[in-house]
Amino acid sequence: MRDPMREDRPDPDALLQRLQADEARARRGRLKIFFGASAGVGKTYAMLAAARAAQAQGTPLVVGVVETHGRGDTEAMAAGLPRLALKDVAYRGRTLHEFDLDGALAFGAAQAGASVRPLVLLDELAHSNAPADAGKGSRHPKRWQDVEELLAAGVDVWTTINVQHLESLNDIVSGITGVRVWETVPDRLFDAADEVVVVDLPPDELLQRLKAGKVYLPNAADGRDNRAERAAGNFFRKGNLLALRELALRRTADRVDDEMQAYRRQSAVQPVWANRESLLACIGPGAQGEKVARSCARLATQLAVPWHAVHVESLALHGPAGARREHAARVLKLAAELGAITATLSAPDAATALLRYAREHNLARLVVGRSSRRFAWQRSLADRVTAEAEDIDVLQVAVPAAERGTRRSRSQGAQDRQNPQNPQNRQNRQRAGLPVAAPWPWQGYVAALAICGATALLATPLMAVLELSNIVMLFLLAVVGVALGFGRGPAVLAAFVGVGLFDFLFVEPRFSFAVSDAQYLLTFGVMLLVALVIGQLTAGLKVQAEAATQRERRVRSLYEMSRDLSAALLPEQVAEIGARFLRSEFSAQSTLLVADAHNRLLAVAAPAAPAEAAPQRVDMGVAQWAFDRGEPAGRGTDTLPGSATLVLPLKAPMRIRGVLSVLPSDARVLGTEQRRLLDTCASLLAISLERIHYIDVAQSSTVQIESERLRNSLLSAISHDLRTPLASLIGLADTLALTPPPPTAAQLDVMQSIRQAALRMAALVNNLLDMARLQSGAVQLNLQWQPLEEVVGTALAACKQLLAGRPLQVRLADGLPLLQLDAVLIERVLVNLLENAAKYTPAGSALELSAQVEGDSVQITLDDHGPGLPRGREEAIFQKFERGQKESATAGVGLGLAICRAIAQVHGGSIEGATRPEGGARFTLTLPRGEPPLDDGAGSIAASAASAPSSITTP
Amino acid sequence: MSDNPARVLVVEDEAHIRRFVRLALQAEGHEVFEADTLQRGLIDAGTRRPDLVVLDLGLPDGDGVDLIRDLRGWSAMPVIVLSARGSERDKITALDAGADDYLVKPFGAGELMARVRAQLRRHAQQSQQVQGGEPVLRFADVVVDLSRRSVERAGVPLHLTPIEYRLLTHLAAQPDRVVTHRQLLKAVWGPTHSEDTHYVRVHMANLRKKVEAEPSMPKHLVTEAGVGYRFVP
Repeated sequence: MRDPMREDRPDPDALLQRLQADEARARRGRLKIFFGASAGVGKTYAMLAAARAAQAQGTPLVVGVVETHGRGDTEAMAAGLPRLALKDVAYRGRTLHEFDLDGALAFGAAQAGASVRPLVLLDELAHSNAPADAGKGSRHPKRWQDVEELLAAGVDVWTTINVQHLESLNDIVSGITGVRVWETVPDRLFDAADEVVVVDLPPDELLQRLKAGKVYLPNAADGRDNRAERAAGNFFRKGNLLALRELALRRTADRVDDEMQAYRRQSAVQPVWANRESLLACIGPGAQGEKVARSCARLATQLAVPWHAVHVESLALHGPAGARREHAARVLKLAAELGAITATLSAPDAATALLRYAREHNLARLVVGRSSRRFAWQRSLADRVTAEAEDIDVLQVAVPAAERGTRRSRSQGAQDRQNPQNPQNRQNRQRAGLPVAAPWPWQGYVAALAICGATALLATPLMAVLELSNIVMLFLLAVVGVALGFGRGPAVLAAFVGVGLFDFLFVEPRFSFAVSDAQYLLTFGVMLLVALVIGQLTAGLKVQAEAATQRERRVRSLYEMSRDLSAALLPEQVAEIGARFLRSEFSAQSTLLVADAHNRLLAVAAPAAPAEAAPQRVDMGVAQWAFDRGEPAGRGTDTLPGSATLVLPLKAPMRIRGVLSVLPSDARVLGTEQRRLLDTCASLLAISLERIHYIDVAQSSTVQIESERLRNSLLSAISHDLRTPLASLIGLADTLALTPPPPTAAQLDVMQSIRQAALRMAALVNNLLDMARLQSGAVQLNLQWQPLEEVVGTALAACKQLLAGRPLQVRLADGLPLLQLDAVLIERVLVNLLENAAKYTPAGSALELSAQVEGDSVQITLDDHGPGLPRGREEAIFQKFERGQKESATAGVGLGLAICRAIAQVHGGSIEGATRPEGGARFTLTLPRGEPPLDDGAGSIAASAASAPSSITTP
Repeated sequence: MSDNPARVLVVEDEAHIRRFVRLALQAEGHEVFEADTLQRGLIDAGTRRPDLVVLDLGLPDGDGVDLIRDLRGWSAMPVIVLSARGSERDKITALDAGADDYLVKPFGAGELMARVRAQLRRHAQQSQQVQGGEPVLRFADVVVDLSRRSVERAGVPLHLTPIEYRLLTHLAAQPDRVVTHRQLLKAVWGPTHSEDTHYVRVHMANLRKKVEAEPSMPKHLVTEAGVGYRFVP
């Protein structure tokens, strides 16, 4: 009995996924990484040595980039290996030499047919390419992206990397060594590598090599900079080297462990518990987000679980909104690179939103930064989450105190250093920073003061009428007004100024801050507190209302676009609707490029485009790249970021329909949410294009079916209307002879002539109709496996009278296989050939029909002993309305052989004619053998039939 | 003039062809009834009680096959079908429904009369056999003894496999009748194998090698291309 609890069969979906992954892997190139703890351990040397061995075994390889740093032994190793010429990239007046990706791809393509996959050596995986100035530089900003493209093109790559360049270990290494490295490589590349070779060297030996000057110090490149030298010296301390070595080995061990796990899964050694407790990294508003993301990534890798990274835009945020949002977006991008699923939520309370998200996505562990508390009464996020959901684990990540405050400025600096070549960066930040988020930085405060003053002025004459408590109300009202109009800061100012004015102007003694009655202190305190709280709440409400309005507007415009798209019937309409949406949402110009049947991209002109939206310049190179790969390219992406336009592929369910080229009006980089909106827009356009495409397909196939039907009914009507009178004619001519009185000899002769003429006419009509059927594809083959001799038999029987008096030899080789053919049509071929032979060879001359197996086909030949075929017209006689001799006395229009050829072709065979050297013509019909069924039914006789074999009943 | 005149029903919508068939049959001394629609044909087949029906498949008010099915419900009278060229499927349907033979238009009076004669002869023989005929079939120099289940050729015993024997006896018992592949399969292999028509072809080829003088030009086990076989005594 089967035990339902023991279900150790692998999940079929997972198996399928693995098969597909295997298949994809088989096409991809293989990545081998030479991995070291630090510079100087000999990675390049090891790679070159391995490459020499591979070259000796016949692997076609080329050195893409190798940095020998002038070391003799490494130089010697590299000598003799074929090198790819470096590409010169002009940058700021200097010429940089960069790896030539297209050259390497061309090398790979040239070796594509070889049995061994081509190999490219690329030193320093973490290298940043020189910037792509308007597409003249390297295609990708990073070398590892070049490597990915090479792998995708089926080229093997060997490369080197140090442990500090791994993204997830980057901050740990900087913590150990105090030197921060800005060039990093995503861990997934390392984890997905097919092979990792650890190049290990004990620290003492490394230090010796360092002393001997055998190690190149990257930080002391110019050699004169004392600080750099000192930094390098600090870096190469024994303690650091030991720690780095441990880190490198441990990281490799993790990888090996993953491989083991993968192997276990693959061989289903043990049942795997399907419930995977994924992690949720809460990217807070503060600076610790980066740290949280990295820690969570490491944790997720160790636990081998997927993880999410979420940022909550909440009310209780401090600091300028724009900068905060940008920071969060940057951290989310980092998280996505580290392998997370990212999302931005908007909610008044972060804890509730996070918990809801965690429950929706079945995430059992939250990773949060240990938040700094500004005030003693504030509860940390972790506390709030714990209070609300006791079933969810909360992991707090420690953030060094120094980083809490200074991290942002550091990380911004990091951006500068990371991308020193990109002059756009600074501008972007300026645009996206403070001024954008808070439109009136100082006007608000002035207004706050003015409003408070006005309130005081208004209240002064009323003093006699109103109680003091009601005057307090007026000031609170003013604070609410300021908060609504100008946000938090002015509201706080208004609260304080309001309390001050109230004290100064209205509380005895007036025009003095002194207070006569101590209980007014309570009034001031409560008034201030209430003003502050109301001000904060009101301002927060306003922010949220604005955000909600904006979101609602976006959703509405998306909805409107999809509604418009559903009515679109032409690609031009789709282009126009898309352009309208992008103009209103992003104030961006756009061009829709649709792929035609030959995968060429053609711009679709929007018919009602306003004059100022003249067709933007489309970077066809970027567009084609994006279309071919199905990935976004151009501005803000990893591919050709120097281009002015952003190109999104239009991925529809069946295929990529084209691309959308977007030219934003300003230079700002698009945020995550905007990109998401753009992607949604692109997929809506893609689906519409696909729908339109299939409308076309449906229409044209309807037309085709209709014309097919028309042709068939026309053919059958013609054949009926032509044949029926001929059939009557033949029959009536016959009957005439039977009708008494018996006809005279002369009358009989006339009757015979009528009959013969009608028969010839019928044959002609048959030929014409057959040809028309064969040509229009209206013939439905009735293919059956059958012995050839049966068809030969029927053909000979049909030509019995024609061939009377001729010696006919039939030689069918023994063991001819069954052939899959339409007996009626092949009989027709043989009859036509025999009729031709009877027509064109002298009466009484011999004919030989034979058949034998030739390779994977069967050849049927008919030899005659006539004059042979007209020289040079052996092929022409198979054409329609062609005859061997023009104006011959022999009847016929020259369709017989054309029909033979058409029939042979629909059977997947051929027919040829030739004059034999010894004279006479030979026609050869070749038919494919196929795979005949082996079962001849001898073993499957019905029991009932077997028991009563001879009891035959006739109906 | 035929030695035994019969009553023949001709169901055909083309007046010219109907007339020529009628004239040809009358010349042989048969009595002919004409019908130009399916309905008329059904009524005449019931009231006139013909000995043989000549039926066109394409009738204005329906498919001739329906008439055959109806007819076979109560009669075994021979049916010869007239069909257009190239419509093998229609022929097979008609034969499977119970028709005995077919003629492809255009056909001559000679051909028609030969078929009519053969069908009438077979029908007469079978009525005799039902009353206890000799359980021996003879053609050319082959003798099939149905009671002893033995086959001899020119006095020499032939070794036939059970399948070949069954094929031969099934065909030979209905001379001049076109038997479709499907009918043969059903008779020899049972109803479950009606699609494996190559079974029949393979064994028929072997059978021909044993009983025919020239297997590639058979005289008795004749192939009807794309349709089936006919046994000619």
